[in-house]
Formats: sequence, structure tokens, C-alpha cells
Amino acid sequence: MLPSRFEYHRAGTLDEALSLLATHGDEAKVLAGGQSLIPMMKLRFAYPGHLVDVNHVDGLDRIEERDGMLCIGALVRHNHLAANEIIKARYPTIASAAPQIADPLVRNLGSIGGSLAHADPAGDLGSVMLAMGASAVLRGGGGERVLPMSEFLLDTFTTAIAPGEMLTEVRVPIPPARSGGTYLKLERKVGDWATVGVAVALELSNGRIGRAGIGLTGVGLKNLEASDAEASLAGATPGEDAFAEAGRLAAAAANPVADVRGTVEYKRHMVDVYVRRGSAHAFETARRAG
Amino acid sequence: MEITVTVNGVEHTADIESRMLMVHLIREELGLTGTHIGCDTSGCGACAVLLDGVPVKSCTLFGVQADGREVTTVEGLADAGGLHPVQAAFKEHHGLQCGFCTPGMMLVGAALIERNPDPSDDDVRWAISGNVCRCTGYMNIVTAIQAAAADRAAAVQPASA
Repeated sequence: MLPSRFEYHRAGTLDEALSLLATHGDEAKVLAGGQSLIPMMKLRFAYPGHLVDVNHVDGLDRIEERDGMLCIGALVRHNHLAANEIIKARYPTIASAAPQIADPLVRNLGSIGGSLAHADPAGDLGSVMLAMGASAVLRGGGGERVLPMSEFLLDTFTTAIAPGEMLTEVRVPIPPARSGGTYLKLERKVGDWATVGVAVALELSNGRIGRAGIGLTGVGLKNLEASDAEASLAGATPGEDAFAEAGRLAAAAANPVADVRGTVEYKRHMVDVYVRRGSAHAFETARRAG
Repeated sequence: MEITVTVNGVEHTADIESRMLMVHLIREELGLTGTHIGCDTSGCGACAVLLDGVPVKSCTLFGVQADGREVTTVEGLADAGGLHPVQAAFKEHHGLQCGFCTPGMMLVGAALIERNPDPSDDDVRWAISGNVCRCTGYMNIVTAIQAAAADRAAAVQPASA
């Protein structure tokens, strides 16, 4: 099918983009990579009257560490995220996830801002950002506000972005040296959405696990933070028992739907397996990092 | 709206609806039918072109997004000197059967060997993982792209006397 008609606006600056978004309110959608939006428009699941193309706005594609935060511009493409030296060296959860998003063609255009703003429960980066305790920076006419990821991702394809606002940056707290993480993604074939995806981020403290973050992809109405599993790991002695308990709790928290990718029982079981495996792997990377 | 896009080195002006997909701009407005439509769901890569040298799915972009930019389609691979190394290699190594996925495969392959002059099997398979082939089982596609890389390297760096 073909998209319905829309007016196309190309923003030259961030202010222009925000002004266009404010003018057209609910009728406007941001066009970044378009790799999620355009397929939806082709199915007519989305039919915005106005598209604001932000691909020519400067300054939204930086990756830098400042003030204790890794700041990732909303227009950073998935391939750049995957190839970035800072990410590869110190952010293994992100470094594992980025190359597994969709396929290389999609990754050349798809952006972290677009992915998070699209808020598909099968989106990989939402789970990663939940696991890492990241925040979303929103710019609008009223200024700037910063929301924790758990308050930004509200529901299926629904975020806290208000009309006239745009996600401009993602901020990840810089983890301590003795930390690690990973992203495990079960997919039927390369390029498919996750049957199940698990992001684990662990920090070590005095031989025990300190902070633990676990995000789940594709097993709920939105990306899920497995809080009970996280709490069971925090302060625990790292080992098979701790990881198994985390797996059990995460599987209980998951809320998968049966579809072509698997039954409820299969997906729930794979959450257990992947949280167990992911925690063990995250611990290994943390141990070696310190 | 009116757009100006450079395709295979030639500047074109077109007046198109904003909702016209880039693949339709290429095939129907510009008559370049080497770029194929394979799936309707952004999953197959038969529509792949290079946008400012970067492989993208032209079915998942609007034509208006190409305004002021450069597009390379399969028709732009060969030049006055003859076939592109990738085209010659696909011919030599039987890298195609029905040919439907081939334009996308060759463009992705060409982009790969530009940045990686000696790609391994895994490098090639990873690079083409967004392009689906129903005929070949991918084996000869990988061989052809690797051969093209070697041919290109040999041409750029002739063996010293």
C-alpha cells in the first residue's frame, strides 16, 4: 500500500523543527531515519498530515562524555553507535545491541532518537536504555526537560513526548570501571524483530554485584524493566544461583503474547534463559574490565 | 514539490508528491528500472541504492528526501571504462540466477569493497544480511564480492616490477 498524502517540511535548524512541530501539533511527526515510521505509513497504521524532516539539522549526531554522562544525540545512526570507539570500549550493553538492530541497510538510516520515540516494545534500544538507567532529553517551546527512560516509555508506541516537543539527546550515566553488560537477542533470522531480547548491565562492588539493570524486549506492551530481577541481583554474590534467580524473576515479570515467533511459554522460558546467560556474561565482562 | 536529485552523476528535476517513495521516483519518474521492488515490507533489500554512497532501502525513503543529494543505482555502476569490478565478478563467478536481488547485492557489495579492501566471508555475509536471495543460497554472491575486492585491489595497486 502507499502512504496517504502529507505535507513535507525540511527543517534547517532545531528551532525550525520545534516551530514546525508546535504549529502542526498532533498532525506532525518527526522524520529522522524513517525506518520505522515509513513502513507504518505504507500500511497506513500512521498517517500524519505533516512530516518534519530533521535529517539536515546540525548538532544532533554527537556522541560524547560530559558531566558524568554519555550523551548520545538523537540523530546518531545505529551503525555509528555500533562503530563508535567510546561505546565499544566502555558501554558493552550498547555495543552488543546496536549491531543487532534490524539489518545493515536499516542501520545506516535508523536513529537512536527515532527508535526510542517510536517506542515499539520490540525495539532493542529501549530495553538497553532501561537497563542502563538512561534519560531522555526533550526540547520544546517551553525549554528542555529530562525524563528517566522509565517515565519516557509509557505504552505501546507511546512516549511522554508532548506536541511541539522533540527528543534531542539520550543521556547514560557513565558506569564505574568495574562494570559490564550485554544484549542477547533471539530472532528467527537476521533482520527480524526480537522474539525475545534481554539487556543486562551490571556493576561490581567489593566482590558482590552492585547496581543491576535488566531490560526486556518483545515481551510486553512496552520495553520492560525487570525490577524484581534487578533487586535480586543487587548486593548478591555473583554466581549461578544469583543468575538463576534473576532469570526466574524476570520470566515471571515478562508478559509475552503468542504469535508467529512463539508461544507464551516459549518466550517466557527464553527470557529466563537469556537473563541467566546475560547476567553471567555481564558479570564476566565486569570482572575483566576492572 | 519540485526536487533536484543527482542520479548516477546526472542531475534530474522532478515535480512529485511528497508521499512518492524513492523507489518509485527512480523507477517511474526516471525510468531506471534496475532497482527492484521485492516485498512491500522493507524486508528484502531488492530496492537497495546508494544515497551519498551509503546503502539504503529506497522503498523506505521518500523521493523528496533525495532533494539535493546523490543517488547511485545499478545503472550507475559501469562507467566509460566498462563494467564495475563487482559486475564483472558477478558475471565471472555466477553470482546470480534470476537476477532479481542482484542490483541490490551488487550495490551493497560495491559499497563494502570501497571501505574494506579484503573482506572475509563473515564480513561479506554481514554486509549483505539486509538483502534476501531466493535462488543462489548466497555462496556465489559472497565469492563474487570477494573476487571483486581482490580485482579492485589489484587494479589500484599493480604488482611492482
